[in-house]
Amino acid sequence: MSETAPTIQSEDEMSRRGFVKTALAGVSLAYAGAVGYPIYRYLNSPVEVSQAAAAVKEVTLDKADALEKGSALMFKFGVRPALLIHHDDNTWVALDAVCTHLGCTVKFDGDSKRIVCACHGGVYDAKTGGNVSGPPPRPLTQYVVTVNTGSVTVKRAS
Amino acid sequence: MKRLQAFLVDRIGLSDSVAYLQKKTVPVHNQTFWYYWGGISLFCFLIQVVTGVLLMIYYRPGPESYESVRQITNEIHFGWLIRSVHNWSATAFLVSVFVHMFSVFFMKAYRRPREVGWWSGILLLLLGLTFGFSGYLLPMDELAYFATKVGLEIPNSIPLIGPPIANLLRGGLEVGEYTVQRFFALHAVILPLLYLPLLMLHLWMVQKHGNALPPSEEQKPLEKRRAMPFFPNFLAKDLAMWLITLNVIALIAALFPWQLGPPADPLTPAPEGIKPEWYFMSSFSTLKILGNIFPGATGEAIGMTLFTLGLVLWTLIPLFDNDRANGRRSRRVTYFGIFVITVLLVTTFWGYFKA
Repeated sequence: MSETAPTIQSEDEMSRRGFVKTALAGVSLAYAGAVGYPIYRYLNSPVEVSQAAAAVKEVTLDKADALEKGSALMFKFGVRPALLIHHDDNTWVALDAVCTHLGCTVKFDGDSKRIVCACHGGVYDAKTGGNVSGPPPRPLTQYVVTVNTGSVTVKRAS
Repeated sequence: MKRLQAFLVDRIGLSDSVAYLQKKTVPVHNQTFWYYWGGISLFCFLIQVVTGVLLMIYYRPGPESYESVRQITNEIHFGWLIRSVHNWSATAFLVSVFVHMFSVFFMKAYRRPREVGWWSGILLLLLGLTFGFSGYLLPMDELAYFATKVGLEIPNSIPLIGPPIANLLRGGLEVGEYTVQRFFALHAVILPLLYLPLLMLHLWMVQKHGNALPPSEEQKPLEKRRAMPFFPNFLAKDLAMWLITLNVIALIAALFPWQLGPPADPLTPAPEGIKPEWYFMSSFSTLKILGNIFPGATGEAIGMTLFTLGLVLWTLIPLFDNDRANGRRSRRVTYFGIFVITVLLVTTFWGYFKA
């Protein structure tokens, strides 16, 4: 009887220590969460605004139907720069203007009728957005264009 | 994990520091409670640093200051909370600094060899009040505008050099966007640069000389004095105090969110019953009372002279009362302290209830 009593007591002490450790860790985690969560949301606020802006499905460009043949204009699709091109054969093309290589903004070169990226010499086809030469790994994303009287509507291809 | 711990302990020499901190002791007696208030002030200051940096992420000084604080308060997630905590923690900071200062005063902890601790502490308090004054303008709402306008009248009343100093602080003849811009530089760059080295000196003094014993304890023979190890005993209690402080600030900040008034407009008259923050209330009332007795610039001049004299006296206390034996000088200093506290409390309450 007197032999076993100390063993039981020490086991009991160990579990009490374990309990306190777990409880302390739990409370610390709860505090870290209670302090960390508001700070995370606070810092993330503009990201959420930006994400909401990026989620747009279509953009209407006033007076863009007056764009001359063989020329292009830059516009913002949500938060990303985009290109609207009125080709010589009267076709309209809208493309994402962010180079698929390293994210520079591309431009429509009126002489060669191609889309070029000044950063690393990437070249894209101005009608399909296909990557023609240089480092770009993927074509530019194409949008759907509808020409109205007095405006042009650009939609995300579903 | 164990090996990493052993590596760090060995290479950084952590065990030496821990051994040192275990040897360092904090006296235990019926006044030990007051030892925590310096630590509480330090914790509030740390909260100010963290929330201040967070506010700086969205705050734009200059012409957009009001709009940016409006965005922080109304649009950014939890921005109201961060701003409220920053304001309430400033209040808690000054409360704990005052408690700390008066407990040091009445425990006579400024005596040799702790004079530098007292002087650095007074400078830290003055910087703390300047933090409060400069930060108050930053939202550029109505209250901030008038508080700053009135506050800058104090340097303005110094003869000869006063007006050019006030103009430099203001960045013009009137409080405006230039004032906000330079108060922001003051609040977020210059004051912290001055504050941090002084704080290091202050903490180093506590480290070097240890906690002072109140006179009643010092009269006891050595074997009757009790103490606890700094590590882990006092540190654990210190951290518990910090936790309580955090909870109180969080609760008050959430229940009483700091308000943002209408934007400052120089053409709008000051609102009825406008009052300064509580930590400027005493000097505000004193000037008001003196202004009633001595009309015109005389009252203000007397007030400014009194404040300056009082501050000089308060600073020089360690030189006057540096005797370990509790003689007549020591008792006079205690009465002076009680007088100062009484004047501060009476003028503060007078400001709230009478005016």
